[in-house]
Amino acid sequence: MTVPIAYYLVLSAILFAIGAGAFLIKRNIITVFMAIELMLNAVNLAFVAFAHQWHKVQGQIFVFFVMVVAAAEAAVGLAIIIAIFRARSTLNVDQVNLMKL
Amino acid sequence: MYLVLFLFFGGLCVAGALNLLLQRHPINSALSLIVVMSSLAVLYLLLGAEFLAAAQVIVYSGAIMVLFTFVIMLLNAGKEEHTQGSHAAYIVGVPGVAVLVCLLSFIFLSERGRLAQARLGEYVVSTSDLSRVLFRDLLLPFEVTSLLILVAILGAVALAGKDH
Amino acid sequence: MTPNSSLHLWLIPVLPFVGFLLNGLLGRHLPKGAVTTIALLFTAAPLAMVTGIAVRFGGLSLPYIEHLSMPWIETSAFRADFSFMLDQLTLVMLLVVTGVGFLIHIYSIGYMAHEDGYWRYFSYLNLFMFFMLTLVLAENFLLMFVGWEGVGLASYLLIGFYYTRDSAADAGKKAFILNRIGDVGFLLAMFLMIAHFGSLSYGSVFGSIAQHPEMQGGFLTAIALLLLLGATGKSAQIPLYVWLPDAMEGPTPVSALIHAATMVTAGVYMVVRSHVLFDRSPFALGVVAIIGAATALFAATMGMVQTDIKRVLAYSTISQLGYMFLACGATAYAAGIFHLVTHAFFKGLLFLAAGSVIHAMGGEQDMRVMGGLRKTIPVTFWTMSAAVFAISGLPPFAGFFSKDAILYQAFLSPTAGPILWFIGLFTALLTAFYMFRLWYLTFFGESRSRDVHPHDSPWVMLGPMAILAVLSLIGGWIGIPKALGGGDQFAHFLEPVVGTPAGSASGGNSQELLFSALSVVMALIGWFIADLMYRQKPGMADKLAARLSAVYTLLFNKYWIDQIYQGVIVAPLLFLSRYLLWGAVDRGVITGGGSLAAGGVRGLGALVQRVQSGNIRSYAGWLAVGAAALILITYFGFSMHV
Repeated sequence: MTVPIAYYLVLSAILFAIGAGAFLIKRNIITVFMAIELMLNAVNLAFVAFAHQWHKVQGQIFVFFVMVVAAAEAAVGLAIIIAIFRARSTLNVDQVNLMKL
Repeated sequence: MYLVLFLFFGGLCVAGALNLLLQRHPINSALSLIVVMSSLAVLYLLLGAEFLAAAQVIVYSGAIMVLFTFVIMLLNAGKEEHTQGSHAAYIVGVPGVAVLVCLLSFIFLSERGRLAQARLGEYVVSTSDLSRVLFRDLLLPFEVTSLLILVAILGAVALAGKDH
Repeated sequence: MTPNSSLHLWLIPVLPFVGFLLNGLLGRHLPKGAVTTIALLFTAAPLAMVTGIAVRFGGLSLPYIEHLSMPWIETSAFRADFSFMLDQLTLVMLLVVTGVGFLIHIYSIGYMAHEDGYWRYFSYLNLFMFFMLTLVLAENFLLMFVGWEGVGLASYLLIGFYYTRDSAADAGKKAFILNRIGDVGFLLAMFLMIAHFGSLSYGSVFGSIAQHPEMQGGFLTAIALLLLLGATGKSAQIPLYVWLPDAMEGPTPVSALIHAATMVTAGVYMVVRSHVLFDRSPFALGVVAIIGAATALFAATMGMVQTDIKRVLAYSTISQLGYMFLACGATAYAAGIFHLVTHAFFKGLLFLAAGSVIHAMGGEQDMRVMGGLRKTIPVTFWTMSAAVFAISGLPPFAGFFSKDAILYQAFLSPTAGPILWFIGLFTALLTAFYMFRLWYLTFFGESRSRDVHPHDSPWVMLGPMAILAVLSLIGGWIGIPKALGGGDQFAHFLEPVVGTPAGSASGGNSQELLFSALSVVMALIGWFIADLMYRQKPGMADKLAARLSAVYTLLFNKYWIDQIYQGVIVAPLLFLSRYLLWGAVDRGVITGGGSLAAGGVRGLGALVQRVQSGNIRSYAGWLAVGAAALILITYFGFSMHV
């Protein structure tokens, strides 16, 4: 039984789109951050699929590194969210707009 | 069989992602995301990436999502408010994303001939294969990444710590 | 090149320029004596040099040309140098300019003694000398043009010397603008010369014309007429004469030097210098002659009714310049230059004497309140009388010989000779009339003013007047025609440069004697009428004016030419400048265009600014669109070429 790699890639695209959509629509900072993690995972899936296609292990190693970086990024990002919450007392993305021109 | 497994866990991924989008309370979104992570781990297994599947469960579901949950709990994040902050996000962004997904799907499906077929058990990467490449050919990126983690720890502590 | 040592011609103009710099930059702080010394020194020096050259003149090979090694314009198509030329014509002009100029400098010491701008006056005067000498010494039209423009500038500065007076400033502007209108003609002529001859040097242009006898009319006429336009501006002929009467706002020595003896004669000099060109165009010569005669008559009629002593002399200058142009039109160039020289003597003297009268009257210039000054300022009276006799053309004074030469040659000229001669003759009558009218009104009868106590001027002013009076008497004796027993030396002297008049072969001695007698008779008639109207029966003038009131009004208002020019030319130009060029183009198009561009950029900036909302979600939205576009372009754009 076989599954075309293309299906994995399409699944990856769908997940990525949902993640991007969630990023656009949601108003809670933490949820937005979770959407970013979702997008990263979608990309990981694509890498693993291609690694399977070309029978190369480097694809999976790249996934490994993405995971590491995502972890580090999650830690720092959440720390920033805590700092913002302390400063603005809100978790609403629309109210963190001091960078307005 | 393989296809069934793929469809089931793929559908579970999509369902979890949609749930993340549709839920109003962030803790529900977090739990949905854990479901997505776990399903993805199974999909990695189907593609022969044993080590990655394990890492996915341990690192993502087990550590990162727990971190998220802790922060939600710490900040007492409640239901989302309904603020209308940006028109551009809806008017321009959502169509953009829709175009993106349709485009990508179209590309992948039309190139189906050039992409191979995945067979269960066809290409299984053992941990020793992975580590052989990781610690030999790609040692430098590995070390740099560990440095990155160190910096991230310091950063997180500095940012989140109480101001004295 | 002459085998003799270099004459250093370039020093002649440069010395007054040094004087201008010294007095101009330092004069304000120097004591009056120092200013005077500088001014006189740097005017006497060129005079000494010119005299030295005149003494050595016989031994020089002519024309003597001197090139300065400093390059001026050097392109592949055209070349101009700082070159000076000396020939007989140049020598005559140099003697007049430096000689009369020096005398007037001395006179000015006395006349301007009480002025605040004493140093400024002398620096401008030296500047004028520099430019005039450059004009006369130039070897090419371009250098002449530099001098031409420069004397216009000096004239403007000196007419507007009393700059606190509105009328003086306006008069200066008027002079300069009218000069510039003429200069357009000069410039166009120069462009045509470059186009046809490739050079502006006298040698090249005149040489080319001489070598090609088939060159007649056509573009040569165009060049000649354009040069004439320039000359009418500078020498106050119809139609550009209107600045000269207004120029009397300047100090009287300025009127004497610039507007009688030297600057206004530059136009005549230019025509004579270019005679090779004019000779090839009978049409242009005819135009010159007609303009000259018409101006002579026209100005004389206006001079008859003026009440300001300087205005009478101004119109007289315009009229006499008309005579010189008439001579040029009849190809009697030597006669024209002869009259130029004698005119410098007697008109310069007339102005200096008028200045003396004004000085004696405490600043009064209206002849109607003068009278009986003969007894109170005798030296002025006698010197002015010499000039009056000279200008009226009474022998043996200078004006008789020069005016006669012109009238005789005019009669013989091929174009409408007798008519021109008659106009000239009638104008001579009018000239005598208005000059003697001035004489009687000023010096004879009872004093019509009460408070002034006239006294004669100091000798520093009377000295130059006396010298010019002597020259007015004997100055004509260098050109006594053969008909009266002389050797016609002046015309012979200039012959190598200007040739002989076209009609000179046809006349005879007895005919010339007849004409001379006729012109003397005319002058005497004019004198008699003036005597009748202003000495014997003083009220007659007013009664006549009342009887012929229409004519009198026409003349008194100068044929309303000034008003016509104002209405037809000046007012539309001002309107055009103010509303079209300034209002529409400058404010509307240029400023408005700039404002529009700025507004557009500002609007665009405001539009783009709205992207920076500070809202993360909108940024993400745009990111998504960008990513989609990128993928589109990458896949479809490149896959075409794969």
